[in-house]
Amino acid sequence: MANLHNNLFDIFYMDTLAAGDTWLHRLDPRAKVLTTLIFVATVVSCGKYEVSMLIPFILYPVFMVTLANLPILYIIKKMALLMPFAFFIGIFNPLMDKNIIARIDLTGIVVWIETIGLNNIMGLIDFNGLKGITGTIDVSGGWISFFSIMMRFCLTVGAALILICTTGFDSVCMALQRFGVPGPFIVQLMFLYRYMFVLIDEASRMLRARALRTFDTGNIKHNLFGQMIGQLLLRTLDRAQRIHLAMCCRGFDGHVRMVRKMNFGMTEILFVAGWSLVIVTFRMYNIPVKIGTLISEIP
Amino acid sequence: MSHHIVQAENLHYTYPDGTLGLNNINFRIDHGESVALVGSNGAGKSTLLLHLIGCLTPTEGNIRIGDYPLNKKNLKAVRRSVGMVFQDPDDQLFMPTVFDDVAFGPINLGLPDADVEKRVMTALETVGVSHLAKRSPHKLSGGEKRAVAIATVIATTPDILIMDEPSSNLDPGSRRRLISLLKTFTHTKIIATHDLDMALELCGRTIVLNKGELAADGETKALFHDDNLLEASGLEKPLTMQGCPFCSKEPIPVIAK
Amino acid sequence: MHMADALISPAVGGTMWALSAGLIGYCSKKVKNEMDDQKIPLMGVMGAFIFAAQMINFTIPVTGSSGHLGGGMILSILLGPHIAFLTMASVLTVQALFFADGGLLALGCNIFNLGFFPCFIAYPLIYKKITRENPTRNNIVSGSLIAAILGLQAGAFAVVVETVMSGISELPFSTFLMLMQPVHLAIGIVEGVTTAAVVIFIWKARPEILNAAASSVPIGGISIKNVLTGITVAAVITGGALSWFASSNPDGLEWAMFKTAGVEELESPHELHASLSKVQEKTAFLPDYGFKSDESELILNENKSTEENGTTAATTEDKKHQSSAWPAVDSGTSVSGLTGGLLTLTLAVAVGFILRHKKSNA
Ligand SMILES: Nc1ncnc2c1ncn2[C@@H]1O[C@H](COP(=O)(O)OP(=O)(O)OP(=O)(O)O)[C@@H](O)[C@H]1O
Ligand SMILES: [Mg+2]
Repeated sequence: MANLHNNLFDIFYMDTLAAGDTWLHRLDPRAKVLTTLIFVATVVSCGKYEVSMLIPFILYPVFMVTLANLPILYIIKKMALLMPFAFFIGIFNPLMDKNIIARIDLTGIVVWIETIGLNNIMGLIDFNGLKGITGTIDVSGGWISFFSIMMRFCLTVGAALILICTTGFDSVCMALQRFGVPGPFIVQLMFLYRYMFVLIDEASRMLRARALRTFDTGNIKHNLFGQMIGQLLLRTLDRAQRIHLAMCCRGFDGHVRMVRKMNFGMTEILFVAGWSLVIVTFRMYNIPVKIGTLISEIP
Repeated sequence: MSHHIVQAENLHYTYPDGTLGLNNINFRIDHGESVALVGSNGAGKSTLLLHLIGCLTPTEGNIRIGDYPLNKKNLKAVRRSVGMVFQDPDDQLFMPTVFDDVAFGPINLGLPDADVEKRVMTALETVGVSHLAKRSPHKLSGGEKRAVAIATVIATTPDILIMDEPSSNLDPGSRRRLISLLKTFTHTKIIATHDLDMALELCGRTIVLNKGELAADGETKALFHDDNLLEASGLEKPLTMQGCPFCSKEPIPVIAK
Repeated sequence: MHMADALISPAVGGTMWALSAGLIGYCSKKVKNEMDDQKIPLMGVMGAFIFAAQMINFTIPVTGSSGHLGGGMILSILLGPHIAFLTMASVLTVQALFFADGGLLALGCNIFNLGFFPCFIAYPLIYKKITRENPTRNNIVSGSLIAAILGLQAGAFAVVVETVMSGISELPFSTFLMLMQPVHLAIGIVEGVTTAAVVIFIWKARPEILNAAASSVPIGGISIKNVLTGITVAAVITGGALSWFASSNPDGLEWAMFKTAGVEELESPHELHASLSKVQEKTAFLPDYGFKSDESELILNENKSTEENGTTAATTEDKKHQSSAWPAVDSGTSVSGLTGGLLTLTLAVAVGFILRHKKSNA
């Protein structure tokens, strides 16, 4: 219960963030939805052992968080809360994939970071100054793909959170509608979102009433459970009926229409095109390796 | 303008589960009249109002709104001229933002977008909540929700305004604002309420329901002086008509007389 | 369990998106055609109900742990499969957007796993077959229980298949399956019991609700069979297109194919072979950015693998060929991708600071 309530407050807070007034907030929701989808799809398309390739992608969340005035710590906290899930799944990789695909060689003068074929992960660091270190550290493919999973996780989750925090749920819905998502589903999303708050309130009132009479705040017994949920369900059905009446009284004829001014103008085109270009570039060229190589060639 | 009359003839209604809702209700409300509908809990107020907007169909008898009998065929036309504010504003505010919600009615009337926007803003200004336009209904206080619910109805410019307990859950300030607001409407008004003081202030005429039957229909002040009627119907004299318990002075003269 | 973006490949994600989108389109059409506009608010509020109901926990007898109501099964029983599917899809979308449960690309998978199986498989093929026209206490309980369990088992199986096909997680098919199915058996029992409890309550209090749902058999229009054929074709095309795209790019699909084909190999002690050749296949597509290779090290590794499994010889040959084709960067001057990575990260953060600074000045 506490958990769900926290989630509710979370949604409230994200709603507040989405009500901000930066140019990113004002951007047509379609532009943001599109860019987010491109971003997520591209990140996910990176190979399993890619680590360094994923690093530049952080530019997008950084850009959005900064320019939309989002509280960076909040976003990080939200991601951190979800982290255990990705960790749990990802941690199997080091366990299953023990195959060594990288080797850090600390022989004397030079620290080698050897990767078999996977040049993109690491290369060579010249540690001329550090003498007397010997031995090798082998890095398994599992660990590399584990790090890759964690990075993907941060990027994709971050992108989704940023979308909702800069756009707001109803605008995302409107964008989806313009993209051709069927009307009934859009209406469904909007109703769900609207009445989630009302019904969670109703449920917590029921729980409170029960707790007060049973002097017990724990979970309810299983035999009471059906009755409680059943009651809530009946109230929900009645409410649905009343809402329908209210809709009919204002001329509802089976279609929910909305007036939303949306303008996919030059800014939006530039936004989507610009980011798509950047994102695809990050995907096509491993920027960190490029930069690394470039720097090494300067002297 | 005869088309603003509301007339009930010999209304009977029984809920599908057998509960008696209404029994032999007759009345006629003329254009511009403001009528209070009072009665104890379960007296049938909400049931009667739902009939007036065609949400429930009488098992017997009929209703005339304006010149039309209320039936399936002219339900649409009737609903255009009748606006209803529901008991629980959460049932009435179903769209994602206040603006969308108030716009719902005008859009369904087929107005062009520009007019819709104008209507919405005018309606919100009338009830004094235009600053809430972009908010989501779930983030409003009870009083704000009520105000927006009223705005959703006036945006459809009804000739007849029907309200189910509009002043419940309101703090004294909001209640006062609501009363002053309703005073400015020259529409035909039918207000179901337990707030007899409000009824006294707003409505010249009162219909008393008791167990689904029409117990009385007449001038508000006269009915509220009838102690027997009030007691039989589970009601109590409005506070403004009772003597002051502290200084034992007479009721507030302006209203009571 | 929810699938997560971090674990799926675009081919799997895209295919499942196409499937789920097809189903949403079909159900929306169905709902629209049914003409009963009362269903529109009903569906929405029922989605909210699922959220609210999930906050009421109960104590599971014997184990003492707590359980709550699931979604797909109860919705199907109360609203019929089409509305239930749309409702489930909307619940999952809200979860993906606000709680980042799963993620945007994985949403297709999640809608399919948690919506399709209970609504279109378990409900019509199991629950309806058991309860038929006349629900009784017993057949509601057994119907709910069996349908919920099988629906969740199917969903869990789909999660495993999708994960393994994506090839991002290393969990081998059989291990993952052994992990998922029993866990979901437990979850299924809880869902079945809760579903039965609520349905029985409703059946006693307001039997007409159940009857209305039971009678809402699709009336004419498009049949689910045609739709399923349609979306299967769409899925195959999408999957095909995506895998073509994947094969012309460094991507995960071959991996998926390879992995599912090589399930036994993965379990065998000669895992090294499989993963190594995967690595090689993988690298074969890599663009030729600054490559650092120390031939001797490489050969050492290759020998190791050849010893363990002779069959790698061919791929080793391949690999040698490829690595020599890559421009060799002088190892002395080569700076690591790690350094480059750190630099990129710094740059990105710096951009953030600059932007913020600029804004506060403006
Ligand atoms: N959906 C329903 N099914 C069956 N009976 C109902 C239904 N709705 C109301 N009733 C019954 O009809 C009678 C009249 O109810 P109604 O809601 O009209 O009362 P009311 O005067 O509005 O009361 P309140 O002041 O509490 O709002 C009550 O006895 C009630 O129990
Ligand atoms: Mg009432």
